[in-house]
Amino acid sequence: MAYDLIGTDFTPPDIEAKVTGRARYSEDFRRDGMIFLKLLTSPMPHARVTNIDASEALAMPGVHGILTADEVPNFPEPQDPILTNEPVYVGEPILAVAADTEELAADALERIRVDYEELPFTVDPLQSLFPGGPNARTNGNIADLRSGVDLQELKWTAADFAAVEEGQLPEGQPAGEWSYGDVDAGLADAALVLDETFVTCGNSHHCMEPRSAMAYWENGRCHLHASSQSQSFPVPTVARYIGISPEELVFIAEYCGGGFGSKGAGYPIMAVPALMSRKLNNRPVMMRIARNEEYSIGTARPGFQGRIRMGFGADGRVTAVDLYIVQENGPNQGFNDWQSAADAVSLVYTVPAMRFRGVPVLTNTPPRAPQRGPGQNQIAEAVEPLMDKAASELGVDRLAIRRINAPDSTARYGANQGGVTSAHLGDALDIGGEQFNWEERKARSGQRNGSKVTGLGIGTAYHSAGGSGFDGLVVLRPEGKLHIHTGVGNLGTYSHTGTSRAAAEALKCDWADCVVVRGDSRNHLPWNLGQFGSNTSFTMTRSNWAAAMDAVAKLKEIAAMDLGGEPDDYDIGDHRVFLKDNPEQGMSYQAAAERAIELGGKYSGHEVAEDLNPMTSAAAAGVAGTGLVGVAKDNMEHTGTVAALAAGFIEIELDLETGKYDIVDYLGVADCGTVIHPAGLETQVKGGAVMGFGLAVSERHIYDPQIGLPGNIGLQQSGPPSYLDTAATMTSAAVDIADPQNPIGAKGIGEPVQGCAAAALLSAISDALGGYYFNRTPVTADMIVNAASGQAQSHTPLQVNTA
Amino acid sequence: MSKDMMPGFELFQPDTVDGAVDLLGRYGGEAWALAGGNDSLDWFKDRVKRPQYVVDLSGLDELRGIREMDDGGIEIGAMTTLTAIESSALIQERYSILSDSARRVASPQIRNASTIGGNVLQDTRCWYYRYGVDCYRAGGNECYADTPEGQNREHCLWGADRCIAVSPSDTAPALVALDARMVVRNADGDREIPAEEFFIGPDIDIERMTVLEPGDVLTAIRIPADWAGATFYFEKVADRNTWDFPLVNIAAAMVVEGDTVQSIRIVAGAVECIPRRLTAVEQAVTGQPKNEETAAVAGQTAIRGATPFNFNHFKIPLLQNLVTRAIRDA
Repeated sequence: MAYDLIGTDFTPPDIEAKVTGRARYSEDFRRDGMIFLKLLTSPMPHARVTNIDASEALAMPGVHGILTADEVPNFPEPQDPILTNEPVYVGEPILAVAADTEELAADALERIRVDYEELPFTVDPLQSLFPGGPNARTNGNIADLRSGVDLQELKWTAADFAAVEEGQLPEGQPAGEWSYGDVDAGLADAALVLDETFVTCGNSHHCMEPRSAMAYWENGRCHLHASSQSQSFPVPTVARYIGISPEELVFIAEYCGGGFGSKGAGYPIMAVPALMSRKLNNRPVMMRIARNEEYSIGTARPGFQGRIRMGFGADGRVTAVDLYIVQENGPNQGFNDWQSAADAVSLVYTVPAMRFRGVPVLTNTPPRAPQRGPGQNQIAEAVEPLMDKAASELGVDRLAIRRINAPDSTARYGANQGGVTSAHLGDALDIGGEQFNWEERKARSGQRNGSKVTGLGIGTAYHSAGGSGFDGLVVLRPEGKLHIHTGVGNLGTYSHTGTSRAAAEALKCDWADCVVVRGDSRNHLPWNLGQFGSNTSFTMTRSNWAAAMDAVAKLKEIAAMDLGGEPDDYDIGDHRVFLKDNPEQGMSYQAAAERAIELGGKYSGHEVAEDLNPMTSAAAAGVAGTGLVGVAKDNMEHTGTVAALAAGFIEIELDLETGKYDIVDYLGVADCGTVIHPAGLETQVKGGAVMGFGLAVSERHIYDPQIGLPGNIGLQQSGPPSYLDTAATMTSAAVDIADPQNPIGAKGIGEPVQGCAAAALLSAISDALGGYYFNRTPVTADMIVNAASGQAQSHTPLQVNTA
Repeated sequence: MSKDMMPGFELFQPDTVDGAVDLLGRYGGEAWALAGGNDSLDWFKDRVKRPQYVVDLSGLDELRGIREMDDGGIEIGAMTTLTAIESSALIQERYSILSDSARRVASPQIRNASTIGGNVLQDTRCWYYRYGVDCYRAGGNECYADTPEGQNREHCLWGADRCIAVSPSDTAPALVALDARMVVRNADGDREIPAEEFFIGPDIDIERMTVLEPGDVLTAIRIPADWAGATFYFEKVADRNTWDFPLVNIAAAMVVEGDTVQSIRIVAGAVECIPRRLTAVEQAVTGQPKNEETAAVAGQTAIRGATPFNFNHFKIPLLQNLVTRAIRDA
């Protein structure tokens, strides 16, 4: 289908502010009378606060008060708390102190005496599962609320650990399991069964903008400037943290310096300046989060200790999979990466029979939260190199083994083996294979140039990429502008504008006449899903399309009312609604907008459908009477999982003497449905790849298991890839086949483009090393040196937090 | 631990070196000399090091610049930025090992602010020590890295003495290889110290990494003419290709006549608390043909006596390879 706006580039409306520095992030705001707070955080991995003596600090001139865990809303454990009297990780906030200046607040912190009772701790899930092993929390050692695993204690038997010394994952009682098909037969009949134990490292979030926030109260409402990748979605959660209704919260999140999943929903620390402000007579309070604090409260991706048995036919076709994942889930509610990982395996390799078991184990490390491709990208790192290993042992080409297992739109997904809206990984592999010239290039594999050797790699990855049932809101204004109100956050992908163009497309508006209204809940924004999970493109084009279609229907009704005939006799175009049979007879959008205001009721937004979310109804009430209001819930058909898939192709040159390598070339291919914004897609494919390289080889997560201290509390220590660690050349491509369940054919892509690149790089490193499989990420330079020099690795196979 | 907010201190900004020396002498151990700030400000913002008096050397123009000396060597002011050093035509022409090493420090932005003096005087990067734990180097009675499960991937292969931290500098090995002289001024006047003797290990003083004592100011670094235009090799291996500290680095200066190595100084960084001069390698190589065989012997010689900890035995083949490359590829 031909579009005017979809599939063409645009200048994001906020780009000038970003590149000139005029964009204001939460830390940039100032307010008369504003004071500063600092957090007192736990020096211990697990302790109980037995006494707090702040008298000396409170006596300091310019110190205004403290806020303790006893003064903030509390939630049942193991939910992430706002402040705590039982810290469960180093760096967990215990209290806050507010003072005239930040320096004074920091000085005051040093005058507060906190007494602690040390409690048992662990940074290794297997240590906690062992009989008598330490629990990360007083009341248990496993939990994942998202997967329905409540906080409880689970210990395996000593016998379960029998094979640990041989480097094999013990497989005791799981907390979750599912299966379909005949796994035993699938493995028994296989020409090859790989049985591998693996470890994937946790990864700290290190968004460029730490999660600073500023808050004050005015006219009974809490005004919160926060760092959020979403705009509308966090409001109810944050209001709950503060202890108010969503209507009492003004949420301002116009700009966000990166979220990657850690700022998708509301998070508890946002509430601290708001609660401090309320305690201090509504005075504005700034909470500036330091980089090292970001490494504790900023959350992390869960790590895996896993074992996979994977059967293959002689042609490389997967016959069955038996997967066990022990997930390091931090100390709190955690996230369901382990489940998502298993679902991904079932789809990406179209596994005919599969069993999954897993357990989310708590550790005294930073709280875990989603990070780009949560679960799917870790498992891509673990399994994709094994596809190479299988290919090698079966004598099958590495592209062919992926191609033969790749899902198409008939593929089934996850535990319930439901359908997908569309899937074209095979097409992505075909496009990539051709553009990358795989057939010719693969001959370079293992080619020596002095101490350097060429390695080639392929990676694939998946993420579910869309939801439905959210609301859209547009206003055709009398001056001729189309205002598209969007609750999409500004996470850096420009999807707030990219998805708004679906409404402009539906209304056939010139883009110059469109205004994207966003960034502040006072701007009357509809209820939207958060900007996470690669879902915005699919979800928000649908809801914006729904709102625009509501406006189109109202335009036709008004035209029929004033000009005669039936609404269906009319069409739209050139900012007019006109008779199909006689295009001269019609009215302009401006005139229709004026008539809508005169007519009132549903036309002006004074009456709205009952199925709207209350937030959208309130937003519609806010714009009522300003023009022709299109507002609707997305009730379009949606069955099956929206599958975003991606394939990466890479060539590296690895120096066997230093463990270093150059990425010569990288190509990422996205199966993202209709391309909405080519430049945005290209940036996602390339940016995701760079982040994937970090995941695969450089981002480290280090804990001393004896004292529970984190070793990566700065960007340099954590090691996100630098500009000089990326590929010399990077290109992107798209399958560009429309998804049938989206009005413009779009689906998301942000997450698998990271996982496929990480997997491709790991694949290439193993290729360059002649088939050395690390079964572990990240593969750091020291590991490559050890492998190349033929000496043992420093870590044991199941050791964690050593990277 | 409160982070990212410096405590108050009294700041002095002298306009003469003697003024700075006077201030640093007056306040002794309570004073801190501030150069580019990339090490100092971390410490201050973390509130781990808390000097009462900070003497900012950035206004001392006489500490900047690269000058030719009468004997054919050069003198580099201690406050000369790493960017100035890496881009100096004079240094590139005569002592490319130094410009190459400066170019591999951190990132362009950091090199714009960092000084050569600060780079050689920076404190160790042991993450436990930087965290602020009460380890030996911080005046305590424990080493957290040298424990059964200590995370010591970046730590030493030689010279462990309670502390197992390493020198993180990229330029220091190059300066030792060039037999540079460190010019130090205090209330008693100037003195010149060979770079090789300037750096000290924990066996000499566990709380310092150089011979500088309170009241001393490093004013300049003099590089003798001896090695001007020699055959050089510098290589740094780090996790990332920019903004990272070395896992191991190697600096070699050699005079090669025909195919024979007439003389050589070769120094490894990040394997000991001081830049480690590999004298056994020098002896093994001197007078030998510069070929693969000699390079292999050099590599094997370099690692003798290395004592790794749990997570750093990769440094042994890495050092061996880098020494081999230095001889083979220079």
